Amino acid sequence: MHSVSVRALLVRGMLAGLATGVLALLTAYLLGESHVDAAIAFEEAHSHDHGDGVELVSRTMQATGGLATGVLVYGVALGGIAALAFCVALGRVGRFGPRATAALVSLGAFTAVFLVPFLKYPANPPAVGDPDTLDQRTALFFLMIALSVLLTVGAVVLGRRLAPRLGNWYATVAAGLALVVAVGLAFAFLPAVDNVPEGFPAGVLWQFRLAALAIQLVLWTGFGLLFGELAERLLGRRAVPA
Amino acid sequence: MAQSAAPASGSVAIPELTPISLKAIAPWAVFVGILMLTLLYFVGAEQGATALVSGEGVHEWVHDGRHLLGFPCH
Repeated sequence: MHSVSVRALLVRGMLAGLATGVLALLTAYLLGESHVDAAIAFEEAHSHDHGDGVELVSRTMQATGGLATGVLVYGVALGGIAALAFCVALGRVGRFGPRATAALVSLGAFTAVFLVPFLKYPANPPAVGDPDTLDQRTALFFLMIALSVLLTVGAVVLGRRLAPRLGNWYATVAAGLALVVAVGLAFAFLPAVDNVPEGFPAGVLWQFRLAALAIQLVLWTGFGLLFGELAERLLGRRAVPA
Repeated sequence: MAQSAAPASGSVAIPELTPISLKAIAPWAVFVGILMLTLLYFVGAEQGATALVSGEGVHEWVHDGRHLLGFPCH
């Protein structure tokens, strides 16, 4: 029975991730692509050698089919992982029904997987980023994500431990505070990366990063609402109306 | 199966949802979790710092998504 519902939730999570991935794709195409193009124009104007003798994939394909592949696979994969997190969180993080639990899991995933790493190592358009430091930047970026996810999970566990003593409200505040301090320490000790080339238009960089943020906001808001709805319907039989 | 986490089934007045037992979640988390992380790896990092497939095809194909999703690209 429960095993079946894990599978059913997982399937719904991946479908919800796919559906909201479409919205995120539209956001990326409409808000992000023009800044990618502007950055590539800068890159070419400054002949920053990118090793592009032959164009393997045309810009048009990168901006449509390629972008769609990336964003949709990202949506499905994170939808599946978020559904697994939902399975663990359901009934364990407090008296929340499926919809509220899905919203909280989405908020947590957005924060831990995207927002916190983004604050330290923000998204960069083409031309920003020295290819020679790619190995280091990749390692730091994934380390930051892993750390951020671990600290967030740790804060949730801490909050649950403190709840009987402090009550739900103060336990949540204390755990949130502990998370902010821990993330702040991680930010302070991990090396900074600044690869913005001389003369790169600040407006393009800012707009590009806002677009990256918008894509994730759309993805996670949509996922939380849609997956919550699907989970509520699936589990409705056993759920107590809140 | 695996109902160990369920409290006494006689008491109906429990307002919390019965958690899904971790034993039931674990196999899904391991296999599907690894599969999903592999997908993320191909979207976010393949043919960047590390490469399982030679060439630039994967990198170039998901290039825009990689930038806009926040991954270090090049």
